[in-house]
Amino acid sequence: MAPHDIRRPFKRPAISDQQKRREISLLRQAQNRRDAQHQARCLASTVLSLQNQNSEPLSESAASEELEIALETETGPEEVDSEHQARDIDVREASKLKGAEARRWFARQLMLPEWMVDVPDRLNHDWYVFARPAGKRCFVVSSNGTTVSRLRNGSLLHRFPSALPSGARIKDVSRSTQSYCILDCIFHELDQTYYVIDMVCWAGYSLYECTAEFRFFWLNSKLLETGACAPPSLYHKYRFSLLPVYNCDEAGLHTAYTEAVPYVKDGLLFYNKHAHYQTGNTPLALVWKDENCSQYVIDTDSKGQVPNQQQVILAVTR
Amino acid sequence: MSFEITQFLLSAQLADAKVRTEAEGNLRQFQEQNLPSFLLSLSVELSNNEKPIESRKLAGIVLKNSLDAKDATRKEHLVQQWVAIDISIKSQIKDFLLKTLGSSAAEARHTSAQVVAKIASIEIPRKEWPELIGSLLVNMTQQDRPTSLKQATLETLGYVCEEISHQDLEQDEVNSVLTAVVQGMTVTENIPEVRLAATRALYNALDFAQTNFENEMERNYIMKVICETTTAKEAEIRQAAFECLVSIASTYYGVLEPYMQTIFELTSNAVKGDDDFVSLQAIEFWSSICDEEVELQDFEVPESGDSSPPHFCFIEKALSSLVPMLLETLLKQEEDQDQDDGIWNLSMAGGTCLGLVARTVGDAIVPLVMPFVEANILKTDWRSREAATYAFGSILEGPSIEKLAPMVHAGLDFLLNAMRDENSHVKDTTAWTLSRVFELLHTPSTGFSVISPANLQRVVGVLLESIKDASHVAEKVCGAIYYLAQGYEDAGTSSSFLTPYLMDIISCLIATADRTDCSDSKLRSSAYETLNEVVRCSNLIETSHIISHLLPVIMNKLGQTVELQIVSSDDREKQGDLQALLCGVLQVIIQKLSSTDETKPVIMQAADQMMILFLKVFACRSSTVHEEAMLAIGALAYATGPDFGKYMPEFYKYLEMGLQNFEEYQVCGISVGVVGDICRALDDKVLPYCDGIMTHLLKDLSSGELHRSVKPPIFSCFGDVALAIGEHFEKYLPYAIPMMQGASEICAQMDNSDEEMVEYGNQLRRSIFEAYSGILQGFKNSKPDLMLPHASHVLQFIELVSRDTEREESVTKAAVAVLGDLADALGSNVQILFKDRSFCTEFLGECLQSDDEQLKETATWTQGMIGRVFSVCG
Repeated sequence: MAPHDIRRPFKRPAISDQQKRREISLLRQAQNRRDAQHQARCLASTVLSLQNQNSEPLSESAASEELEIALETETGPEEVDSEHQARDIDVREASKLKGAEARRWFARQLMLPEWMVDVPDRLNHDWYVFARPAGKRCFVVSSNGTTVSRLRNGSLLHRFPSALPSGARIKDVSRSTQSYCILDCIFHELDQTYYVIDMVCWAGYSLYECTAEFRFFWLNSKLLETGACAPPSLYHKYRFSLLPVYNCDEAGLHTAYTEAVPYVKDGLLFYNKHAHYQTGNTPLALVWKDENCSQYVIDTDSKGQVPNQQQVILAVTR
Repeated sequence: MSFEITQFLLSAQLADAKVRTEAEGNLRQFQEQNLPSFLLSLSVELSNNEKPIESRKLAGIVLKNSLDAKDATRKEHLVQQWVAIDISIKSQIKDFLLKTLGSSAAEARHTSAQVVAKIASIEIPRKEWPELIGSLLVNMTQQDRPTSLKQATLETLGYVCEEISHQDLEQDEVNSVLTAVVQGMTVTENIPEVRLAATRALYNALDFAQTNFENEMERNYIMKVICETTTAKEAEIRQAAFECLVSIASTYYGVLEPYMQTIFELTSNAVKGDDDFVSLQAIEFWSSICDEEVELQDFEVPESGDSSPPHFCFIEKALSSLVPMLLETLLKQEEDQDQDDGIWNLSMAGGTCLGLVARTVGDAIVPLVMPFVEANILKTDWRSREAATYAFGSILEGPSIEKLAPMVHAGLDFLLNAMRDENSHVKDTTAWTLSRVFELLHTPSTGFSVISPANLQRVVGVLLESIKDASHVAEKVCGAIYYLAQGYEDAGTSSSFLTPYLMDIISCLIATADRTDCSDSKLRSSAYETLNEVVRCSNLIETSHIISHLLPVIMNKLGQTVELQIVSSDDREKQGDLQALLCGVLQVIIQKLSSTDETKPVIMQAADQMMILFLKVFACRSSTVHEEAMLAIGALAYATGPDFGKYMPEFYKYLEMGLQNFEEYQVCGISVGVVGDICRALDDKVLPYCDGIMTHLLKDLSSGELHRSVKPPIFSCFGDVALAIGEHFEKYLPYAIPMMQGASEICAQMDNSDEEMVEYGNQLRRSIFEAYSGILQGFKNSKPDLMLPHASHVLQFIELVSRDTEREESVTKAAVAVLGDLADALGSNVQILFKDRSFCTEFLGECLQSDDEQLKETATWTQGMIGRVFSVCG
């Protein structure tokens, strides 16, 4: 019954800035909600890595296949054996584990390289190379105001305050208590420095499902921000350091092979750029050693003994 | 059973407040004590020719208001009341109403027609008044009936058609109604009053004529009668006939082709020579055709087969005659049309139609309009200059940039000079044209702009000079600055271009907002809204110091509004409007500065003071402000994070007020959003407030009064609360879960034919999933088993949604995420549930193949979670 209104917006239709602000607010809120739920899920996704790994315990030979300078006394196959009950724990809980349980859990988390026995396809496109520091391969976990490093077999190396997120008991309102980090490191005794070779979780976000390319990028941009690369101080007991990583072209290879670095070299590590962080041995990470780039070309087992038989690679051809 | 109520009805219209209130009280008492008798008495009063027209008219209005209301809940209540009344009384009332249609008093007839239509809207769909149409038609077919009865009957038929759906009638009834109406329009046997009523009735009945419009013979007849009626002697009848054509343009576009030649001539004559209110309808016909064709073009799917309606290119075919006709109208401006919002005249309608034609045909319009522009732009008569500028501005949307760029490049300088024209209409239209130029031809982010660093200084100079002009001109200038700034948003290196002028622009906008020389507040809102866009689009790194200085200026202004002397409700309203604008600016600044770590400290430092201001604004209690301050507070909570906790004791009561504001549902909705912001900012520190918050949210959900658009956000908000407080959500579970289950059942039964409902259904689904996600993730680490009893229902709901092929991507994302959350939180407990659900595999497969990276990522995660459920031993 209303009269037919034919009025149309004349000239500039009214801009409703209020409506625009409402919509922008809604967008922001939706984005924040997604982030919050995403974060809750990412914490969980670290559990996934437990499933992907080989469920067989590390055998003696597998453990000795790669060279370790550290002479571990705590390695116990019997502990590694019975770990079914420890599988279903996420990292946050794992960081609270003590003693044997903690060892069991962390013993399985590292990504381990295979020997480089041939030249992978597209080496110059798809791979990174860097000189591996000689030292103790370990996981460094910062959470709840403390930082813990654990060796390949899960045993404790250090417990210390660090500048990593949630790595020390200092007032830092901007970080939630859920924030924690896991770094894949080599502890270099001579300069008492943790050389970071990979980043597994950062500030509560899991990087397991990310490519090496992204993880390295993230590592390079995030680690410096925290001050973890600064010299030791009261709340930062050990220095962390980044490694120079090169594309695997001729120049990169040459640099990694010959370049002088502040640490003792122990071979070259090759990482496939597209590979996710995978626990256990993987052909997407490779190690190369010769007398020019490592003092440890003779294989030793985990107790530092030279085995009776040595594996020898006679030639690598292109 | 009817009572004498004439005196009450008359007294209720007296100026003496005491007598009036008493009479109103008596009527209300009668209504409450005996509704059937009350309604009957009203109908008797209305039908009685002996009674004064004033009391009859009011009786009819009160009767009408007892049957219908704007508010849906109240309306439903009234309908139920009517349905419950004894059938014999209802039939007496209806007889009195139909009798009134033959009354000698025109006003009584008219009121009765309206009431009949209201009863029809209740009873015809229920098949409770089957004889209505028949008895109305008798009035039309019997030769001896007076013309006043025919006129009232046609009016009633029109109103009835407007109230009901054609599906409520049998096709032969529809045919008879249309026959009666169209016959009433014919010139030979009818007096003008009847023709007018018939033409207006046809307008209301056009939706009923679908079947008849499909039949060529019937269609030809109806169209012939309408076209004849457009040349009736009486202007009102011509107007009503053109209104029918306008409606047909959108309802029956597909069958219009054979009539277009005739219609073009009729409209063309009307535009050239008829009364203005008839010409306006004739122009509107072409605007409606443009609307149809633009829509056909926008939704054009290549090779879509037969399903999409045909595009007849009526505008393109008529172009060479249509454009000159419209250009002529541009010269018929009225003096002072820019100062009065109520005006709608020939030049305005013609220019608007020209703009629509440009959008319909694109490039082809340019050569037809440019000669007119060039011929008129330099004339001494202001009407010619204004018309030329308006024509130029109207065709900027539609044609390609390639076609427009050379003319706009060449014309820009001219336009800038015209901002100094001696006539304010010309300046108004020039400023509007500049804003169109910046809106449409200034997008540095895509590489094209008519503005370069070389001419930017002059552009800004002219705009900042002209913003001091008359308020209607200044308002258009604000629009031009708005779009100028918008072009530089995210424009890479170009985003720096405006930086050197930013300080001046901001001071001029503030000075404009402070102007006291204009009667209404439109200029002030335009100035602040433009300021917001300027801030939003600025390059933060380069301008953070300017925006940081703006913050205290705006805070100071907001502080002053609290000190204002408030005497009248008018003062209160003005204060509220101004506070709304200033809170808006603060919201934009908070959001801008908190977006980087470098600038965030500015907000942190001012947070206390801002919060004090917002609380003061709340204390002034104007609902518009409530909303704007609430929006700003949401932004502040996000910026301050856990620090927001210290404001909660003071702020909480206002948050509660917002959550309880059913009438202004926008306010309620925004308050719900702010709860989410606060949950994320405070995490488990929000716990002390959760009892209250959850109580209000649950009440909101159960309210029939609250606008439905607020309900989905409330479910999402459950998820926010649960994620923040984790295991403490347990006590709310028995209340929240039934609500969520109830809502998911509503989703299952939703009507999929209604586009609006489909959109609402998607929102509701997504939000229910978000609630489940938050709850599952919140419980995961401590009490996941609490969700175990509900897991099967959740899975069922996901399955249902996954089977809906129409679902939106955002719903899919939320659904697949909940699937993973179930597996993640409940672990091996859900093994059995998942085993029976083959849809999971299909659904995951579909998600994994999506092009959307986010969706793929979530689906991969979910796949991993489900995989874990099945790989864990024992």
